Amino acid sequence: MASYRTPLGRARGLGAAKHGVGAWIAERVTAVALVPLVLWAVFAGLRLAATDYYGAVEWLTSSALNPVLMGLFVIVGFMHMHAGLRVVIEDYIEKHLTRAGLLLLNLFACSLIGALAVFSILKVALGGAY
Amino acid sequence: MTDAPRERPLSPHTTIWRWHLTMATSILHRASGCALYGGGLILAIWAMTLAAGPEAYGTFKAVMGSFPGKIVMFGLTLATFYHLAKGIQHLIWDAGHGYNLKTATMGAIATIAFAIAATLAVWIIAAMTGAL
Repeated sequence: MASYRTPLGRARGLGAAKHGVGAWIAERVTAVALVPLVLWAVFAGLRLAATDYYGAVEWLTSSALNPVLMGLFVIVGFMHMHAGLRVVIEDYIEKHLTRAGLLLLNLFACSLIGALAVFSILKVALGGAY
Repeated sequence: MTDAPRERPLSPHTTIWRWHLTMATSILHRASGCALYGGGLILAIWAMTLAAGPEAYGTFKAVMGSFPGKIVMFGLTLATFYHLAKGIQHLIWDAGHGYNLKTATMGAIATIAFAIAATLAVWIIAAMTGAL
């Protein structure tokens, strides 16, 4: 039987889905964490651009701070990239299957590439490279 | 279920709104964020080539040090500082402050000024420290 209720009428009374706010907060929390991390990363980038392979390895192995902050920058940065592009996809892609596919691609790409980057930093920092 | 979704105007309402500074800078915030997604991928390639050894890292540095590579890095520096400054304005807005028209416009101007000044400062430092 056809429903004569409007979409608004159906939605009314159901209330909010009650899980939207988590993603919104996560985007803000990662944003706050990235403020100091990005400023640090700019200085790190300046140091790294002025040196070669051996200098970069030295930079990652000479202290605990550099690999830890670089690892945190990658993790928080990729979480924020995921959260940000997720909102962009949700805003502009209406077609259900395309939207779902792109949302999954965004999540998987950020997870895989972020994990590869963190693993690489740890490998160099813990002495796998020379 | 006969109620198919109606055609609705989508935000941002660029077709019905007159362009103004806070709108343009908000759209640029999203655009710079998308550009920085590419920056994140370059960061990951940096880490992976470093772990792969001197040869791979040499290739990475050669590509990033080339003229097109430098153009990309300059754009990413600008996008970074822009997204950082505008992001702080958005955090202030999220906290419920700064919606006064004058304050919001001032924030947009400050964002653009900071992004340009910080980018130039970083590239001048890069030139002075031999990073180019």
